Amino acid sequence: MIIGVSRAAGIALGLALLAACGGGPDKLQPSATPAAAPAAPIDPATVADISGHITLQGTPPRAEKIKTASDPNCTAPVYTESFVTGDNGALQNVFVYVKDGLGNRTFPVPTTPVVLSQKNCTYVPHVLGVMAGQSIELRNDDPTLHNIHALPEANREFNMGQPIQGMRQQHIFSATEVMVPFRCDVHRWMNAFVGVLDHPFYAVTTRDGTFELKGLPPGTYTIEAVHEKLGRQTQTVTVGPKETKSDVSFTFKV
Amino acid sequence: MLLFLYALFVAAATAVLIFAGGMVTSTGSGLSVPDWPNTYGWFMWTFPLEKMVGGIFYEHTHRLIASTVGFLIVVLAVWMWRAEPRAWVRRLGYIALGAVVTQGILGGLTVLWYLPDAISIAHASLAEIVFCLTATIALVQSPGWMRAYGDGPVDDRMLRRIAATTTVFVYLQILIGATMRHTGAGLAIPDFPFAFGHVLPPQWDPKIAIHFAHRVGALIVACLILATTAHVFYHHRWRHELVWPSVILLCLLPLQITLGALTVLSGKQEIINSLHVVTGASVLVTSLMLTLRTFRVRFGIPFSGAPPGPPRSGPRASAPERVPLYDSRRGVRA
Repeated sequence: MIIGVSRAAGIALGLALLAACGGGPDKLQPSATPAAAPAAPIDPATVADISGHITLQGTPPRAEKIKTASDPNCTAPVYTESFVTGDNGALQNVFVYVKDGLGNRTFPVPTTPVVLSQKNCTYVPHVLGVMAGQSIELRNDDPTLHNIHALPEANREFNMGQPIQGMRQQHIFSATEVMVPFRCDVHRWMNAFVGVLDHPFYAVTTRDGTFELKGLPPGTYTIEAVHEKLGRQTQTVTVGPKETKSDVSFTFKV
Repeated sequence: MLLFLYALFVAAATAVLIFAGGMVTSTGSGLSVPDWPNTYGWFMWTFPLEKMVGGIFYEHTHRLIASTVGFLIVVLAVWMWRAEPRAWVRRLGYIALGAVVTQGILGGLTVLWYLPDAISIAHASLAEIVFCLTATIALVQSPGWMRAYGDGPVDDRMLRRIAATTTVFVYLQILIGATMRHTGAGLAIPDFPFAFGHVLPPQWDPKIAIHFAHRVGALIVACLILATTAHVFYHHRWRHELVWPSVILLCLLPLQITLGALTVLSGKQEIINSLHVVTGASVLVTSLMLTLRTFRVRFGIPFSGAPPGPPRSGPRASAPERVPLYDSRRGVRA
């Protein structure tokens, strides 16, 4: 009985601390107000698309199998994810987004959350994008404990625990920030990166190194590609009405 | 005697706690348990053993040992309150109790505030103070201290000064080390004994400066320890209470420097790194023990060399008069 009361008190205190120390959403800033009307409406009939691919030049470090013996629940093999490449040097997990050129347009924030799962003792996906004000659903799909520790600079740092499989918590970033590192301090190899933007024009390269930014209004944009180890590259791209520009390429070197 | 043995046990437990704390920092597990004082919502002592995986093993073990040491110090303080006739020794117990409680709160705050450097460094620095306090309590309960070391304590002003200076510098060196650890400067200079292949670092930034200061501090502390021990061996080689801590210091010094070098060369291997922390604490406490023994003459001789009995009139009984017995320079008994 005493233990039960203690546990209840402990859980209550834990929840209180969680609420006080980052479990809840950041306060939203005016620029990230959900469902705000665009300042300059985008004409769907004239929107353009930008696509391309990211290539890695040189020989990347081989993906190494990580020792996960510190947690016997992590039975699936885990490999380093910093350099995931496909054929012909295609580079996966590069965050590509419109850095500049959208002016003062505002965009409605999606009401559906993006999911960052902890599965097989890795973060899935390794890189993702979200809009400021949009929920990220943090999910523990493992039969072990995880803590989700975000280390942003423009947003509020948080560290929440998910000791039970199936637990879900939501978090909202209020300020734009590319990239916000996530890590699990229980399993030191686990990390992820989240790009937080005030618009929906972002993508993460797939195994073949490609990306697509669809539905852009005609204009001149600064496109930035961000890799967790290789840094950032930018390009200026101009698209006209209904234009599809598919040759935007970035090459990172190791 | 029983109180002395218990105090010795508490001091040893504090050393184990410092090693466990070193492992938390060395393995980067400080935030693997996001809540405090609970552990993932469980009351600390009911957290399931099978869930102590990954970084949780280090952080939660540290918490359990810390709680145990905290309890041991509570018992020590109460025991001394009941049985210790010397008021200043009782006060040491209260100070140790306050320090360990503060230490626990600092540990909690550093978790809840995501390891801010200032709090983490304060946590590491206060840990050394707690260790010093528990070791001091054990020392002043020891039969040797009670008997004033046989022929009476040494009265050597020069030794007192140099030993005290050494202890202060060892503590300052540990503060620099704690700053280096908690600001991530442990590998700011990646080679040893040189710095980027030079005697002086060819480039500077705050982390390199902190790291280099720790190396310079090690040199200063090494010189001071050599000076102190040389003085002991030259002037007081028959005094076991001074020779033994000097011998221990001379053993710990090369061990500590080797561990420091290996910490860098191994890329901060966790166990080596933590052994470096606890060996540093041991150097501090050994130096403090030597220093306190050089000051023994200032504390008088209670009960004429006999072990202390129970307080004559309750815990508030006053301590005996200070009676210095021996002046090593004059070789005269008072």
